[in-house]
Amino acid sequence: MIQIKDLNFAYPRQQALFNSLSVNLEAGSITGLLGKNGAGKTSLLKLLTGLLHPVSGELSVMDHQPRKRDVSMLNDVFMVPEEFYFPSITIRDYLKAYTPFYPRFDFELFDRILIEFELESNRNLQRLSHGQKKKFLIAFALSSKCRFLVLDEPTNGLDIPSKALFRKILAGSLDEDQLVIISTHQVKDVENLIDKIIILDNGEVIFHQTILEISLKVAFVSGTSADASGAIYSEPVPGGYRMMIPNGHEESEVDIELLFNAITNGHKI
Amino acid sequence: MEFKNTKGIFLQIADSISEKVMEGKYPPGEKIPSVRDLAAEMGVNPNTVMRTYSELQARGIIDNKRGVGYYASTDAVEIILKWKRKEFFETELPLIVKQTRILGITLDEIKPYFESTNNSI
Repeated sequence: MIQIKDLNFAYPRQQALFNSLSVNLEAGSITGLLGKNGAGKTSLLKLLTGLLHPVSGELSVMDHQPRKRDVSMLNDVFMVPEEFYFPSITIRDYLKAYTPFYPRFDFELFDRILIEFELESNRNLQRLSHGQKKKFLIAFALSSKCRFLVLDEPTNGLDIPSKALFRKILAGSLDEDQLVIISTHQVKDVENLIDKIIILDNGEVIFHQTILEISLKVAFVSGTSADASGAIYSEPVPGGYRMMIPNGHEESEVDIELLFNAITNGHKI
Repeated sequence: MEFKNTKGIFLQIADSISEKVMEGKYPPGEKIPSVRDLAAEMGVNPNTVMRTYSELQARGIIDNKRGVGYYASTDAVEIILKWKRKEFFETELPLIVKQTRILGITLDEIKPYFESTNNSI
């Protein structure tokens, strides 16, 4: 669905952000895009959606070059950005104005999600709280049925119950021909939701594996001593250590935070 | 649903489905939720639930009727019991044995807990 080959990108008068970056992504996945602040997550998402243009290299999204901004690509791509602005109109009027751009828009699904998020379609978008606006955008994105969905920090600003609701709604509304990329620092919010992890560091993809691949290779355990178990990576926690160890026989839940710290500290699995 | 920290998620879901079969919530021969419905109910990636269903199918606990959905198999209860017993002897019991050795607890000390007729000793 997405092919990136030898992508180079730099903001004007700044040093290169991406140097020969390559990665392929297929439909049917909820992929977590992780990286430290300034690693280039949002820039990569903007390149994929045609909001930024590469300096050189190949970039293909559903057989389109995003920089051309073909209508047939744009009506199949939806991005929930970290920052957004809405005109002073109701949710209902917003739908009237913007859904014609998305031929697969599912109005029934939108109404269902709106009820789950406790939003009413006669509300003025500008008078909603930040979290409510975010919920509206998520509802719109999922209902658009675009094959390529980009969610940049989708759980930021959501209240405690809404984060679980977000996971349930996303897990229950996706089709197999869709690809979702979630960029986030809130790994707990997307645990069990994502099935693939990409880690960006210093302008490079330093890690790209499915949760299944990870769980077959390593296990995440707690223990009182970090040395005894042959840990690949460990961190002190109250009561002992959290460790990433070679997988013996039984799969454990993938501890994304520990994995991220291990990988960005130069460990390989 | 909150998950424990140990077993992989797909195995935890397999356990929870097995428990529901044992409790009679999913009676043998009856339909169980679709992959999508269960994923939505738990907020878990559908691919993970799919893996759980493949595993349960491989164990003979559920059947897939093409185009209709998944069913708890007619001998699901016996199969689950066999698996649970195996798991108890292979993973849970060794931990209990190890702990009793560390604490110096003898079999004689434990026995009354098994012989007691009321369960809340």
